[in-house]
Amino acid sequence: MPDHDAIRCDACPVLCYIKPGRTGACDRYGNQDGQLVRLDPHVVLDRAVSRGDSVVPFLERNRDWDGNIVSGPATFVTAIGAGTTYPDYKPAPFIISSEVAGVDMVTVVTEGIFSYCGVKVKIDTDRHLGLERNLVRAKGEPVGHVTTSEYGSQMLSLGGVRHLTGGTRDEGNATCETLLNLCNGKAAELTIDEGADVVVQAGKPPVVNGVVEERMRVGCGSATIGMFAKQWHEKIDDVVVVDDHITGVLSEHQAGKMLGIPETGIKMKGRRSTPGRYFRVAEPGTAWGGTKITDPLSILAPFNPKIAWPGLRLLMVSTTGEHHAYYELDDALRPLEKDLPDSLRLSVQRIKENCEPALSTVLFMGGAGGSLRAGVTANPVKLTRSVRDSLTRVTCGGAPVYVWPGGGITLMVDVSRMPENAFGYVPTPALVAPIEFTLKLDDYSALGGYVDRVRPLSSLLNDEGRRHVSARAENPWPFEDKSRRSQS
Amino acid sequence: MRARAQVRVLPDGRRLHLQDGPIDIVLQALGAEDQIRRAHRTAADRFVTVLDELCSELPLLREQVRLGGTEPDGIVARRMFAAVVPYAEENFITPMAAVAGAVAEEILAAMTAVADLSRAYVNDGGDIALHIASGERFVIGMVDLPDRPTLLGSLLGSMTLDSNQPVRGIATSGWRGRSFSLGIADAVTILAKTAAMADAAATIVANAVDLPGHPAISHIAARELSPDSDLGDRLVTTAVGGLTSAEVSEALGRGSACAERLIAPGLIAAAALNLQGTIRVVPSVESPKMALSSGERSLAYA
Ligand code: SF4
Repeated sequence: MPDHDAIRCDACPVLCYIKPGRTGACDRYGNQDGQLVRLDPHVVLDRAVSRGDSVVPFLERNRDWDGNIVSGPATFVTAIGAGTTYPDYKPAPFIISSEVAGVDMVTVVTEGIFSYCGVKVKIDTDRHLGLERNLVRAKGEPVGHVTTSEYGSQMLSLGGVRHLTGGTRDEGNATCETLLNLCNGKAAELTIDEGADVVVQAGKPPVVNGVVEERMRVGCGSATIGMFAKQWHEKIDDVVVVDDHITGVLSEHQAGKMLGIPETGIKMKGRRSTPGRYFRVAEPGTAWGGTKITDPLSILAPFNPKIAWPGLRLLMVSTTGEHHAYYELDDALRPLEKDLPDSLRLSVQRIKENCEPALSTVLFMGGAGGSLRAGVTANPVKLTRSVRDSLTRVTCGGAPVYVWPGGGITLMVDVSRMPENAFGYVPTPALVAPIEFTLKLDDYSALGGYVDRVRPLSSLLNDEGRRHVSARAENPWPFEDKSRRSQS
Repeated sequence: MRARAQVRVLPDGRRLHLQDGPIDIVLQALGAEDQIRRAHRTAADRFVTVLDELCSELPLLREQVRLGGTEPDGIVARRMFAAVVPYAEENFITPMAAVAGAVAEEILAAMTAVADLSRAYVNDGGDIALHIASGERFVIGMVDLPDRPTLLGSLLGSMTLDSNQPVRGIATSGWRGRSFSLGIADAVTILAKTAAMADAAATIVANAVDLPGHPAISHIAARELSPDSDLGDRLVTTAVGGLTSAEVSEALGRGSACAERLIAPGLIAAAALNLQGTIRVVPSVESPKMALSSGERSLAYA
C-alpha cells in the first residue's frame, strides 16, 4: 500500500506512512527529505508556510521590522513575533467556560491576526464626500462606508469582517490592502458612491476630487458670523457665510442685532432655523462651504424692495474663507459682483487663518479576542481583568492605545504613533498588528502566564535580523510607572 | 509502551493534558478537590492504554462500515462503530470518523464513574465530551475556522447547555482541519447526545457541504497525502477558491438539508455550518433550546 517515497513513523503504534513534506496523524513527526523528523514548533510554522497558510506574510513582515523599540539602554520588545506556539493542538472550535475560566482552545496563537478590525478615518473637510452610509470603494470594491460626521470632519469607517471575509475574494483583498496601506502610513485612493474621490493618508491633508484640502472650517456659518461680526460692523451692510450645515446671515443673526446692524431685506432660500441661521441652503457638495454651490447668488431670493436699497454692500464667504464674493445692489436691487474692498480682505483672510490645517487621521481599531489572549496566558479572562484593573498595559508597537470599556479588549490606536511598517497581513485576509501586554512578572504568573517561556531581554538583543527603532517622543514609555505617566 | 503517553497538568493547575500519538486531550473536572484528583488519576490511568487498544484493530477501524460487517471488539472501538453505523447504509464511512469523539467519551465516562463531579469536559482535539450534573450548565463559545483562531472574528456566538438538554457531545469537522474532508465546509459543528455521535455526524454533514464539479475546488486522493488514510482513493478537498454568495448558499443548503435529516432520528441536536464566513444553523436560530445568542457571556472574550 505505501508509496515508495513514504516513510514509516514508529514513534507510536499508529505507524503512520508519511509522504515527503507531510506530517503524520499527530503533526508531531514529519518526513523531511526522506528523514523522519520530530517537528518543533518552528517547523510546524514552516509547514503552515508551505500550505500557503496564514503565517506567510507574517514571517516576511518580520524581516521588515521585528519590533524592538530602543531608548538609551532600555529596550521594550513589542509582541511582534512573540506569538506563542503553545499548546500545539488543533484548536478546539468550542471554548468551555467554567468557574475558574480556563479556556480550552488554541494552537499557534499568531500574535495579532485581526480579521475583525478596521480603521476609522477622520478627514478634516467640510466638503461633502458622500452621504452617510454610502459605500466607500477601493479599486471598485466596497471596503467601508461613510459614517457619522464629526465637527468639521467627515468620517469613514473602513474594513471590518464583512468586507474582509464576508464578501468576494476581491472585496476582501481590496479591503485588506486599503487597511494595510492606511495603517502603515501610506496613501489610499478611495471612491465614495455618489460622492467624491478622496486620497487619504495618515497625517497628510486629504485630496478631494484631485484638490488638496488645506483647511478645516473655523466654525459653521452661524458661528463664523458670531466670531467676525465685530470686524464686519460698519464695513459692510450684510454678510452671508455659506455652509453645508448652517448658513449664517449677519443682519438677521443675533450677533448682528446686538451690534445694531439694520435689516437689509435679504431673502435666503433654505429653511430658517432661528433668526439669521439657515439649514440646507443647498445640496452638499465640494464647492462653496461644503455645498454644491458654485454661484452663491443661487441661494438668494430677490431682496425685499421695501427694505433693501441701491448700493447695499453684501459679502458672501464660505466657512473656510476659500470662496468669497462681494456685491453691491444696482438700482433694480440686483446684486452685481465687484472687487472685494481692501477693508474686507482682512476679515476674509482671518477666516482662512483661523482654520486649522486639514488632515486625514487614521485610528486602527480591533479586538484582542480569546485566542490572542490565550497566547499571553492560560487564563485569558484574567488578562482582560488585569487590563481593566490597569495592572496590565496594552500597547501597539509601543504606542499607547485606548481600550474600549465593556467586554474583551477592544482597542483603538493612532497609527501615526506606531513604528513604520508595523502592520502586516495574512491571506485570510486579515490584518496583523502588534499588540503588547506589559505587566509585572509576578502579576503575569498570577494570571496564569507562561512563565517558563519568559526570556530575558538580553537574550534577544544580539539576535540577527532584529530591527531597532527609536521610541517616539510623544508616546509614554511602556514600562514607565503609571503614576509618573499621568503627571507628564 | 506506557512511557510514551504524556500526562501533565497545564500551568493553570486545573486542566490535564493527555497526549499519546495523535491523541491530544485537554480535560477539566469541576467538583470537590478530592473528587477532581480522583477523576484526574482515573482519566490518566484509562488514557495510557487507549491508543494501544485502538491500534490493535486499526485495519478494521479504517475499513468501510457495512451493515452486517465485522464489528470491532475494543470498548472505544465499539463506541466508534456504534456512532457511525447509522450512516453506513447511505454513506461511505469508517469507524475512524468517530475516533476523537469516542476517545473523549471514554475518558469522560471513566472519570464520572469514580468521581462525583458537578461538571467536566474532555476535549480531544476539538471533539468534546461533556458531563453536566443536574442543575449545572456550560456556556460554550463557538469560533469560526478551527485551524485559524482569529480574534474578535472568531466568536460566532455562544450557547448555554444545561443538564436538561440532551447534548453531551460537540464536534467539528471541515476541510481545513487535521483530518480530511470530502466537502468544502470550513467548519461544521455538531451538538449531539454523545461526542462520538457528534464526531460522526460532523464528518457526514461537512462532506455534504459541497458543490460537485465546481472549478474553484481542488481535490486530491487522500492516499496521495497520507498513504494509510482510511479514505483511500477518495478525493479530499485541498483548496476552495472564492465562491459567489449564491454558490455558498447552494453548498450550505446541501449541508443543512443533510443536517436536518439527522435531527428527527435523534442523531444530532443542532448543527452550525460555516462556509467562507457564512453561517447556517440547523435547526434555525429560533429554536429555543439551541439559540445562538451573541448576548451570552462567553469566555472566548471575557
Ligand atoms: S506520526 Fe505521530 S501518530 Fe503517526 S506514528 Fe508517528 S507518532 Fe504516531
